[in-house]
Amino acid sequence: MQKGYIRTNLLNVAYGAQRVLRDVSVEIPSRRITAIIGPSGCGKSTLLKVFNRLIDLNDDARVSGEVFLDGASIYDHSVDVYGLRRKMGLLAQKPTVLPMSIYDNIAYGLKLHNSLNKDELESKVEHYLKASSLWNEVKDRLHGSAIKLSIGQQQRLCLARGLAIEPEIILCDEPTSALDPYSAERIEKKLLELKENYTIVIVTHNIQQAIRLADHAVFLYQGKMVESGSAQDIFKEPKEILIGAYIRGEFLDEIWLDKEARIGKKVEEGEGI
Amino acid sequence: MSRISSRLIEEKVFKTIMLAVFISVTLLFVVMLLSIIMRGLPGLNLKMFSAPKGGYCTDAGGGILNAILGSLYLSLGATLLAGAVSIPTVLFLNVYLKKGSRLATLVRFSFDVLWGVPSIVYGAFGFAVMILLHARASLFAGIITIALLELPIIARVSDGILKLVPQELGEVSLSLGATRWETAWQVILKQAFPGLLTALLIGLGRGIGDAAAVLFTAGYTDSLPGSLLRPVATLPLAIFFQLGTPFPAVQQKGYTAALVLIFTIFIISIFSRSLTRSFQKHVLR
Repeated sequence: MQKGYIRTNLLNVAYGAQRVLRDVSVEIPSRRITAIIGPSGCGKSTLLKVFNRLIDLNDDARVSGEVFLDGASIYDHSVDVYGLRRKMGLLAQKPTVLPMSIYDNIAYGLKLHNSLNKDELESKVEHYLKASSLWNEVKDRLHGSAIKLSIGQQQRLCLARGLAIEPEIILCDEPTSALDPYSAERIEKKLLELKENYTIVIVTHNIQQAIRLADHAVFLYQGKMVESGSAQDIFKEPKEILIGAYIRGEFLDEIWLDKEARIGKKVEEGEGI
Repeated sequence: MSRISSRLIEEKVFKTIMLAVFISVTLLFVVMLLSIIMRGLPGLNLKMFSAPKGGYCTDAGGGILNAILGSLYLSLGATLLAGAVSIPTVLFLNVYLKKGSRLATLVRFSFDVLWGVPSIVYGAFGFAVMILLHARASLFAGIITIALLELPIIARVSDGILKLVPQELGEVSLSLGATRWETAWQVILKQAFPGLLTALLIGLGRGIGDAAAVLFTAGYTDSLPGSLLRPVATLPLAIFFQLGTPFPAVQQKGYTAALVLIFTIFIISIFSRSLTRSFQKHVLR
């Protein structure tokens, strides 16, 4: 079986008294782009943080239910969290470069996990900068500050940095929302190339982006998984009226209320759900 | 009167108030500085940077090199010591403890309280400990006492600096599979380094100018500092003792000592600023 397959079973996350994810059971197939879509505050980013266990940093967060990576539970006590995070490169919404040179931004992760000599390190840095299509723009100023790069270049640097730890999965949290359309397009193209070798999970507000990129889609609404499956099916013929409305850009609250009212009525009429 | 013109008047009034305060504060400092320069300058010559030839309260010739060196050794030693204790402490508070941790709140509160403790109390505390240990006044005792005085200052300022480090930076490092220690040492400290240098500088400025804490603990001597276990002279005490004598020539040395002290702080500031700049190259803003 190919690696980098994630599955959750009745996953619940709460920050204090606020429940953010409710009984979420999803599958993230290997070597595909899975888009997690839904309106703001529906728990998309939280779901990513559950996958790489960055949620551990949040002292209020309580996680229950099961999350499996390649069949093994990642919330088991015996799990090596650092090894787990290494399997998942993260591309955040706002590119955050490390306060060091361009070269060291890539070398940092490499040095954490491997003992490489200078030549090996240099060739790996070059390799990953090429992999994220940044090499030509920075090859003459590798030891210059990463903060001097444009925001689009910074995001590609972050991608290269994520790839350098040799992950199986790339987690993207709205990776293009802070970028101009041209930089965004470059990132999207890169992700399409990368799905040959990586499992990619992309959280996005941008439905058009999800349609362009995704093979598989998960729709979250108010912490619940509303629908998941092949992107083609979901975007063409959503089973849930909510998704259809979301894709068409209609207001969700009214539809949700309508739907709850309808369900309530059905229960009264004794039909069950 | 229209709404916009009353708003513009409001702006003018407050801007004028701020400008007035700014000018008076600046003037006050200029006057203080000028008076020290005017009184100290006549006595400033190369002889001042030589070792004293006799007692500090008499006009026996020689300079205040004993106090200049003593102050430098004492404040640099104390700042290094205080930094070596306080920076790991606040790093621990910020990297390992939970956000609302009671322990962290307690430690921060005690730093705030210690910051306000007058330096004579630190001096008295150091003296009490020395009596307990049957120790004499020495450079070593002075360094420890000044380090205690600087500790809450450096700790509280560095704490503020570390809080300014963007949270995303830590998350990025951890998401690459780094431990908290690797994150703290290689990422957070790098980002905070220029600020931490400033924290050390603020501590040093406080330590080098303090007289009361070293009065009992470092003592005073006419000999140049040679051993950690012997007393040392310091510039603040040189000023204090020499201005207190009835002899104009000795008083003059006191004023010149004040000028030298200010000039020393000035040089240290410039040096550390240029040092800070060279570390600022990669820092996120």
